[in-house]
Amino acid sequence: MSAALLATKACAVKPLKVSPALGGALAFLGLDRALPLLHGSQGCTAFAVVLAVRHFREAIPLQTTAMSEISTILGGADNLEQAIENIFKRAAPAVIGICSTALTETRDDDIVGDLKLMRERHPDWDDLAIVYARTPDFLGSLEQGWAAAVEATIRALVPPGSGRKRLRQVNLLAGSHLTPGDVEAIAETITAFGLTPIILPDLSGSLDGHVADAHVPTTLGGSTIDAIRRMGHSVLTLAVGDHMRGAAALLEDRCGVPFRVFDRLTGLAAFDGFVAELIAVSGAKAPEHLQRQRSRLVDAMLDGHGTLGNRTLALAGEGDMLVAMGRFVTELGARVPVAVAPCAAPSLAHVPAERIIVGDLDDLEQAIAAAGADSIELIVANSHAAEIAQFFDIPLMRAGFPIFDRLGAGHQVTVGYEGSRTLLFALANTFIARGHAPAAAAAPGATLPPFVGETDHAPASSC
Amino acid sequence: MPTPSAANLFNEPGCAVNQAKGDKQRKVGCSARTLTPGAAAGGCAFDGAKIALQPIADAAHLVHGPIACEGNSWDSRHALSSGPQLFRTGLTTDLSELDIIHGGEKKLYRAIKQIVERFRPPAVFVYVTCVPALIGDDVEAVCTAAAERFATPVIPVVAPGFVGSKSLGNKLAGRVLLERVIGTREPDVLTPCDINLIGEYNVAGELWQVKPLLDRLGIRILASITGDGRYHDVACAHRARVSMVVCSQAMVALARGIEDRYGIPFFEGSFYGIGNTSAALRQLARFLTAAGAPADLAERTEALITAEEARATRALAPYQRALKDKRVLLYTGGVKSWSVVSALHELGMTVVGTSVRKSTDDDQARIRELIGEEAMLFGQVPAKEMDRRLRAGEADILMSGGRTQFVALKARVPWLDINQEREDAYAGYGGIVNLAHRLHGALTNPVWAEVRRPAPWAAADAPAEAAP
Repeated sequence: MSAALLATKACAVKPLKVSPALGGALAFLGLDRALPLLHGSQGCTAFAVVLAVRHFREAIPLQTTAMSEISTILGGADNLEQAIENIFKRAAPAVIGICSTALTETRDDDIVGDLKLMRERHPDWDDLAIVYARTPDFLGSLEQGWAAAVEATIRALVPPGSGRKRLRQVNLLAGSHLTPGDVEAIAETITAFGLTPIILPDLSGSLDGHVADAHVPTTLGGSTIDAIRRMGHSVLTLAVGDHMRGAAALLEDRCGVPFRVFDRLTGLAAFDGFVAELIAVSGAKAPEHLQRQRSRLVDAMLDGHGTLGNRTLALAGEGDMLVAMGRFVTELGARVPVAVAPCAAPSLAHVPAERIIVGDLDDLEQAIAAAGADSIELIVANSHAAEIAQFFDIPLMRAGFPIFDRLGAGHQVTVGYEGSRTLLFALANTFIARGHAPAAAAAPGATLPPFVGETDHAPASSC
Repeated sequence: MPTPSAANLFNEPGCAVNQAKGDKQRKVGCSARTLTPGAAAGGCAFDGAKIALQPIADAAHLVHGPIACEGNSWDSRHALSSGPQLFRTGLTTDLSELDIIHGGEKKLYRAIKQIVERFRPPAVFVYVTCVPALIGDDVEAVCTAAAERFATPVIPVVAPGFVGSKSLGNKLAGRVLLERVIGTREPDVLTPCDINLIGEYNVAGELWQVKPLLDRLGIRILASITGDGRYHDVACAHRARVSMVVCSQAMVALARGIEDRYGIPFFEGSFYGIGNTSAALRQLARFLTAAGAPADLAERTEALITAEEARATRALAPYQRALKDKRVLLYTGGVKSWSVVSALHELGMTVVGTSVRKSTDDDQARIRELIGEEAMLFGQVPAKEMDRRLRAGEADILMSGGRTQFVALKARVPWLDINQEREDAYAGYGGIVNLAHRLHGALTNPVWAEVRRPAPWAAADAPAEAAP
């Protein structure tokens, strides 16, 4: 694990980072009958909606407090109150998840105090849950905003006190790197052990791409407020992704629910650890279909290691995505000469890359250019990297957020035995489609230059 | 302070509608509806300014602000360039907490330096967003210093999101071009057939459906403002003989400004539909001839129109039967709400309703004239209401932008993208054939029958479909 390099340039070029407020809004979209609300100018919401729509290919309920320069100067409480009242009347959501933005955080209103006064003025809001997350755009990226929204939800909705534990109930805190498909797969595994998971946030209920019978102006499906209120009664919290650690610890502090953080659920060892935990907490045997799935993954690893071994990948994405992808491919013998993250995070210490850059997609491009396009055989990043991949003629596997030039971004499953197997095949097939890599490019030790044959019979094409 | 100048932008002598208003009404602005917290949709002024300027393809577009403004939005529009791609490269100062505390001026200066050294652009546009506007970064001064130091035009675009809507941002961008760009360069060559196209952004390559027609007439687009534009050409716009404002009431102010300063007349037109395209070409020929273009231009224009109209009509024939009398619900913005209507009428389709949420009163009058009294004109329609109308079968197809597409699709009703993310170009004679092709494909796709089939558990009583 190498130390991360922080880019020191003044201008971000081809940003990898998205705003934490967008991350927070995405987390709130995992609540049932929710309407996330960005407290900022209307553009903050418009850009976030467009990007989320392009990624999920779903209508995205997301509102704005429509701050103007006047309301910014005078304070945003009036706009916030009007927004909540309008949403309450028009959309009747169960919960409004408010995310602050750089604009309102720079002004720094006392929103918590304001909300308290508003509640006093609006007794009709009594049944409306309101969650306020601080997600200034100048601090962190998608993961940080997501984590802030989940923590804010717990603070607002889970009553403190340890209460009576329900032996078969566990909490699942799902990180932002998990797709709706991933969340569903994890929940199915938990259920297979006779346990009932309370998932927060649950995109598999709201953004799984279904056709509802009628239009609703809020989310339809996701974690219900009732279920969230019962999280304190769970026997264990399973947190997926290092950025869910804070939320898990918060639940422990508040309600005495012990927790385990799984930095990833992609790969054999990683999912074994998760399953072992489920066996321990449920006292049940691993169901047969799961045993079979594990055996299939092992088989796929045997079949695929030859294709994947010594391959070189460049990764770009949020910290926990880099951990899951990086560790999985290195376990199969591939190398990650470079990985780029949008901002510093504790998880970066666990990314098995030879070089980690905190920066943007231009840093990825420069790193590949410096090492030589031949030195990288696959890029794993979001859709914004498509042009870079095309420029170097390196295939791109789309992962992370946003993915707007492929269908089914929400349904890619890369967790569990099955999901890992699907990912392994996708990776291997990409390499196979490209043909053999020059053997010398895969020489052990990154410092060796690729072998360049001088004759037509160069050993470069031998395998 | 953006506000006073923003208010002035709504006083538009070049706009008849604007002049017909009283003082108070004029202050409200033309398309500026008051934004309602919790019930607003649409982009901000920064968004609008960037839409209008970013198609200048060889310039660098630097967004001075925290990550949201550029990180969430870069490279999301399908404005195309035939050459340089620098305009698509997301560039932002990505202000951090410390930057905001200490002020972003030095970082902005260094960012400009980095861009000039790395990309050597002919100009750098610097977009001021809400946070630097709030903390009072003197962007103006930084740009002046940087322009001098790096011998490159560095143009501040003061349209922070919180000053208003997308349309206001368009206007502010037009003002920037007029005040800071146009008239700063001289073209190498001048012809008597030089024109400006204003408000055509080459989305999905629509400019390229019009340019060949102009080429054949010997009409040169001196400055494309700003689709597939180049900084130098835009800076030369003051030497054209006529400006055509393409589907953009928001840019009339720019055309009028060019007229006031440089005596270049302008007219408004559209390239959507056969009739509109022919009318636009005739107008161009008329203005150019009056300004000294070869006398045979009008005649050649008529010949081209005759040939192209015949060709388009022939190409449309195979689609006509399937499209005839099909009912379209249009949900889009501004001028498109009427210019697209006439194109749809040429295809024999009926427009049962169109949105006028971003249209001016003048636009609305034109639409009323076009679609008749029965059709609905509506403002912002809540998705729920749209869903109800579509499920009730009030239209055969919805034409809208990406954000409302799922309302139609979830109601299992055909949908066609008419906004900036569309993949197809619908301008000119070729464009209407593309449009017919797309509409035909959407309407006749057998998938609609498939997805409307009841589920087997819901249709237990219904007889199963017999094998053919």
